[in-house]
Amino acid sequence: MKNFNLAVIASLLVLAVSPIMYSLNANAADKETVNSVATLRDATPIDVQKEPNRIPKVINKDIKKARNYPMQPPVIPHTTRSYEVNKYNNKCMSCHSRQRTEKSQAPMVSVTHFMNRDGNFLAEISPRRYFCNQCHVTQLDAEPLVENTFIDMHSLMKQKTANAKEH
Amino acid sequence: MTFNRREFIKANAIAAAAAVAGVSVPAIASNLITSSDITKLKWDKAPCRFCGTGCSVNVGVMDGKVVATHGDIKSPVNKGLNCVKGYFLSKIMYGKDRLTTPLLRMTNGKYDKEGEFAPVSWDQAFDVMAEKAKETLKKDGPTAVGMFGSGQWTVQEGYAAVKLMKAGFRSNNIDPNARHCMASAVGGFMRTFGIDEPMGCYDDLEAADAFVLWGSNMAEMHPILWTRLTDRRLSSPHVKVAVLSTFEHRSFDLADNGMIFTPQTDLAILNYIAHYIISTGRVNKDFVSKHTNFRLGETDIGYGLRPEHPLEQAAKNNGKTAGSSTPIDFEEYAKFVSTYTVEYTSKLSGVPEHKLEALAELYADPKIKVTSFWTMGFNQHTRGVWANNLVYNIHLLTGKISTPGNSPFSLTGQPSACGTAREVGTFSHRLPADMVVTNPKHRATAEKIWDLPEGTIPAKPGYHAVLQNRMLKDGKLNFYWVQCNNNMQAAANINEEGYPGYRNPKNFIVVSDPYPTVTAQAADLILPTAMWVEKEGVYGNAERRTQSWYQMVEAPTGAKSDLWQLVEFSKRFAIEDVWPEELIAKKPDVRGKTLYDVLYKDSSVGKFSLDEVPEDRLNDESRHFGFYIQKGLFEEYATFGRGHAHDLAPYDRYHKERGLRWPVVNGKETKWRFKEGSDPYVKAGSGWDFYGHKDGRARIFALPYEPPAESPDEEYDLWLSTGRVLEHWHSGSMTQRVPELYKAMPDALVYMHPDDAKKRNMRRGDLVKLISRRGEVQTRVETRGRNKPPIGLVYMPWFDASRLVNKVTLDATDPLSKQTDFKKCAIKIVKV
Repeated sequence: MKNFNLAVIASLLVLAVSPIMYSLNANAADKETVNSVATLRDATPIDVQKEPNRIPKVINKDIKKARNYPMQPPVIPHTTRSYEVNKYNNKCMSCHSRQRTEKSQAPMVSVTHFMNRDGNFLAEISPRRYFCNQCHVTQLDAEPLVENTFIDMHSLMKQKTANAKEH
Repeated sequence: MTFNRREFIKANAIAAAAAVAGVSVPAIASNLITSSDITKLKWDKAPCRFCGTGCSVNVGVMDGKVVATHGDIKSPVNKGLNCVKGYFLSKIMYGKDRLTTPLLRMTNGKYDKEGEFAPVSWDQAFDVMAEKAKETLKKDGPTAVGMFGSGQWTVQEGYAAVKLMKAGFRSNNIDPNARHCMASAVGGFMRTFGIDEPMGCYDDLEAADAFVLWGSNMAEMHPILWTRLTDRRLSSPHVKVAVLSTFEHRSFDLADNGMIFTPQTDLAILNYIAHYIISTGRVNKDFVSKHTNFRLGETDIGYGLRPEHPLEQAAKNNGKTAGSSTPIDFEEYAKFVSTYTVEYTSKLSGVPEHKLEALAELYADPKIKVTSFWTMGFNQHTRGVWANNLVYNIHLLTGKISTPGNSPFSLTGQPSACGTAREVGTFSHRLPADMVVTNPKHRATAEKIWDLPEGTIPAKPGYHAVLQNRMLKDGKLNFYWVQCNNNMQAAANINEEGYPGYRNPKNFIVVSDPYPTVTAQAADLILPTAMWVEKEGVYGNAERRTQSWYQMVEAPTGAKSDLWQLVEFSKRFAIEDVWPEELIAKKPDVRGKTLYDVLYKDSSVGKFSLDEVPEDRLNDESRHFGFYIQKGLFEEYATFGRGHAHDLAPYDRYHKERGLRWPVVNGKETKWRFKEGSDPYVKAGSGWDFYGHKDGRARIFALPYEPPAESPDEEYDLWLSTGRVLEHWHSGSMTQRVPELYKAMPDALVYMHPDDAKKRNMRRGDLVKLISRRGEVQTRVETRGRNKPPIGLVYMPWFDASRLVNKVTLDATDPLSKQTDFKKCAIKIVKV
């Protein structure tokens, strides 16, 4: 079961490093953005065209990204080029369906995906969740134009616990 | 099944993880925080900030910050689901470049149109603004003052703005960005039914046997409605889905009958279906004879361009009569549509005959309950009102309307295009509850509710969105306030109209926005604005559902809501500054008062005490002004519609419900309008009652195919269509600041057929220039993306602030609705 072992090692490593990766991202280059104008245009005048950058590549490293909050749909850590998801086929399910995950070692779709509109569980994923690409997206290797200062609830809780200990 | 790719990836993942890892694995497991004091989140409901679907979202707050959002399981709209944008709502308020101080263009400490932006206080900002407004009013009168608002304003903000502009400044130059979005839909409703907004509701999605998408790409633009449609299609195998578009997109993934048609020929296809229904003997004669009548519409109505444009010079009926029609009978109508044979229509549209027949049969077969969906394909169309009229024709001929599953359904783009733009009437010709400024009775009604002297509201419609940009350029509109939209990125032909208009030295441009947008960049004064759950408000979605939310977090210090800005600014004007003496003389008790007193505080808007704001709730505006202003505005606004088929429930009830669909009569919402048994306004015994028209009948219009304003020729040899993408909302000012959404779709590419690329010696990723008669934009070629255009057409989305595709587009509009056609113009593409 070489495959299985490899996968376990991989997921352990990913688990261990993901918080560190998150904090690396949070400290990304702190641009002078507060109250500056046209940040998404890199301060280019409206009547000037800045040369468009190259099309970035899809990040295909298969390393899970930490979610911003538990309800966030995970982003796809691999390319989905030529994946067919239409009324005949759903390529994503060839790895992520319950029956396939043992062989693929891919994460199983969340249990919420088996629920119909009334909240009852079906024997197979609900057709309302059929088109994976409505919630799950790949990530391109592009540096965000503007930093986001969203705070993870976990950071807030850690602060509070630390404060409580001091007092 | 092989798992080669997975094995490859796994090996890679380990290598990559190890590379980052040089890191020690924590020696001890980290402790979980479990104390409920610390882990508790405060959850509350709010409608989503983005599209017109109107999903309800649960918003989780901790320590004054939004830390999580998810789909509201109690909402009948989305039942716990969100699309990818909706799932990332938590992060839209936290872009690092949130504006926190007004910024004024200055040189040496004084306002200068050519100066650089510098921070000023709110007081200084309003000083300059008031001075400029007063100067303009004095010099050129109310028609030189204008405002551009939004279908993303809350209902209360839109209502406060209409009152300030139409009654306070006595200018009808107020229009929303919904003009770019829904004006043709409104025109279609008013012409066919005499009353605005869909008769059906989302419950049709679970009841229909067939769905027809007319130009709409619901899979990307209305994803949650698409999940309901997908659910219906896949769980009930007899259900059929037909998708029509000028290029192939994601909605084709579910299509049983996918059709690519030549731009503008949708008009012919619609008439062909009417002809098919008649010629196969499937007209619902009982319904048609009791509930409809027939009209022949005016033709050759022009393209809404500037009057000197050759196309306007050539048009015969582009004046006031463009919307007129004359009565005809069924036989005359049948003869009119008989020219649209399957052979002719197939040749014109490029859609194979058998596909057209399969489509027509969905409508003609009396056993099939059919729902039609459309949005920008019909509305952004130089014959947009016609397209709306024509789709109603085929539902009316068959009586497939206002019953579950039988539904011509005009989808909405923005979260409150229905609630704020249409129902409140923030258009240059409108007043609340479908009333118009040109009707003396309607003006009198508004003046009575507003307790203002007769003659306060001007009778002449103001400048609509496209005309505003033209009038800015021509120097006729000089004081201009833009709120809650990004029109320098959104409007067509910004090179020739919008940009020179904003930068015209005669004009003073104010832009209110949470973020520095392209429009803010073109302004003279930028006002930092609070957004979404940083304020209390109401939105109205596409199925007439009115939804409210409370303020949940504080805005960044310095940022104020649009509502605060509008009402606070009104304090700067004495009534004598804005009204002539003869008007004041009719109501002398307004003397010495400010617009704030007359329009808000001393009117019925001011009558709800602060005590009614729940103590544990934030409400920055009410606590600032000293009364429950959101409730006051809502209740005064609601008096326009109550008893007139637009009834809203009492304000407080909306805080307890996941929205209610109007008319709400005796506490009960209405699902299907115009049908006896489900709509309380329908006369007993009538079956159906289209009470928007005095005779209770809907109109079936004979209207032809007419060519578009601009088509490809030898030099400009490609069609250009623009539009949105799933990951970004409109111009991307919120979603481009969410890293996950940005990285999912960072740049607007031009989607092109591989043969078109090859013919021009281009490959995927090449740097190219899109050139029209009006301007050019650079981007990169995509030949294998999610959109697959046919040969001869390209698609480029407009969300990208760094690649402004609207430098290229044409500002041709529907002459009836004044809505721009963003889906058709002629361009060429060259390598850079």
